[in-house]
Amino acid sequence: MIRKLFIANRGEIALRVIRTARSMGIETVLGASEADAASLPAKLADHVAIVGPGPSSQSYLAIDRVIAAAVRSGCDAVHPGYGFLSENAQFARAVLAAGMHFVGPEITTLEGMGDKLAARALAVEAGLPVLPGGEAATRTDVHARAALTGYPLLLKAVAGGGGKGMRRVDRPEDLDTALDMAQAEAQAAFGNAAVYVERFVAKGRHVEVQLLGDGTSAIHLGTRDCSIQRRFQKLVEEAPAPAMPLEAREGIEQAAVRLARHLNYRGAGTAEFLVDATDFSFYFLELNARIQVEHPVTEAITGVDLVEQQLLVAMGKPLSLTQAMVRPTGHAIEVRINAEDPDADFRPSPGRVTRAAWPAGVGVRIDTHIGVDGEVPPFYDSLMGKLIVHGDTREEAVERLGKALRSLQIEGMPTTTPLHRRIVADPRFIAGGVDTSFLTGLAQ
Amino acid sequence: MTDDLPLTHEDIAEIAAILENSGYRELDLATRRFRLRVAKGDGEHGGMTQEWQWSGTAADVAPESQAAISDPDAICSPLPGTFYHSPQPGAPPFIQPGDLVGPETVIGIVETMKLMNPVHAGRSGTVGDVLVPDGTLVAKGEALVRLT
Repeated sequence: MIRKLFIANRGEIALRVIRTARSMGIETVLGASEADAASLPAKLADHVAIVGPGPSSQSYLAIDRVIAAAVRSGCDAVHPGYGFLSENAQFARAVLAAGMHFVGPEITTLEGMGDKLAARALAVEAGLPVLPGGEAATRTDVHARAALTGYPLLLKAVAGGGGKGMRRVDRPEDLDTALDMAQAEAQAAFGNAAVYVERFVAKGRHVEVQLLGDGTSAIHLGTRDCSIQRRFQKLVEEAPAPAMPLEAREGIEQAAVRLARHLNYRGAGTAEFLVDATDFSFYFLELNARIQVEHPVTEAITGVDLVEQQLLVAMGKPLSLTQAMVRPTGHAIEVRINAEDPDADFRPSPGRVTRAAWPAGVGVRIDTHIGVDGEVPPFYDSLMGKLIVHGDTREEAVERLGKALRSLQIEGMPTTTPLHRRIVADPRFIAGGVDTSFLTGLAQ
Repeated sequence: MTDDLPLTHEDIAEIAAILENSGYRELDLATRRFRLRVAKGDGEHGGMTQEWQWSGTAADVAPESQAAISDPDAICSPLPGTFYHSPQPGAPPFIQPGDLVGPETVIGIVETMKLMNPVHAGRSGTVGDVLVPDGTLVAKGEALVRLT
């Protein structure tokens, strides 16, 4: 059993976890930074433990402080949310060593999935397709690998994430320069200069599969399409992946489940795939061993509370859901409302919100920690809230999204709202199935 | 610190539906803990909205600096964040007193929301003082560097 849960996160996801914990009768302790001491999750949690000053390196990322706060407050479990320490094996180990449950997968899974090459190897073992390419330890190896893979190709950091240490190379004569830059960036960002080579897919879609496992069995909760991105970060997500033949979708779902079973996966996770937008061939990219920002679109179509499933599995309960019980209905779309100026190259716009009129209505869900007077501190990412719409069909969902975006009014700082209004009016988006180059071709 | 959380998204959807089919234009509910206003759109904006205001004190935020506005020689931070003198720890600073700068010269970076934003001088001049120590949290509009 979990009686008292420590939430090692902030913002909308902290609030999201508090809601489900409360409905399950679990007491909550929010580990907040000083900058978040008056935030909405801090007001709504049962208790608040200050873990440090504003900058995340001294608070949300400070393993010792987070563990000490959780122990001091008498918690028996830690939910890490997403980002911050959620996929940090060292943190998970410290949670267990302090005698608490970690709401996440086994440490070996975190270790295996944190190293992109190891994750690729595990996927190959499980029989999943991966992009042509692979390890290349020396400069000579990189050239040999590149010759096999062909151009254009991507150099990626082995320890990677967030697009750092990633370089697209179009011609053999550019390889050496790109390699130097990718290695320098990877060294600076992750303390590990190792890179690997992968074929670049020009018309690619980003499709992922929601997984649930209890260490013995594993099921999927369908696909999500997250192709609309800027700087390798998602802006719009929908479930299920639209404009894709049923067999293609099922092939991806089955592959994801094979991987989860191969890993004896425990908890909620997401397998990400690159799908060729022209022929729907797919390649495993990575497995995110945590709850995702975009999990509500899956909740909308399946009716499953994913955070509740995470907590039940963390308590050691076997999955109560079977694959046959998961019956997705309709279509859901989420847009991220960020404190960023889409007309100034997505420049962050932290500050205080003077008015926050979020949409309401049938088929509309808002996950946000921002009300009137809500504050977006300069220390963290720019997510203010998520607008999720659900309809019987994609057409209805798109229509609801358009209407909801027209009524959404946030005052006090620029947000991504006007960009989303342009996206929802774009004929390519209305048709569905866009690739990752979508934003580049968006009308102003 | 409450016994229960007010209203799930299903509750809000239900309230919106009730309001939609009623003759009323808005619902304005104030409790000790929060105020919720659910309102029909005013035609121009169309749909229904929900606005939440929570009681309890909010943390102090650094106000926009007044000093900066009155100092015409100052280069001010375009956004709140952490001000750094050099591109990375240990590297030489972007500028030093006595340096000549042009509008496009980078005088430092402000880290906001995990992004590094270069600060440009915006005009020509000679660097007088660097007013803020390396690694300091600055408000939007705070003076960073004074030109002579």
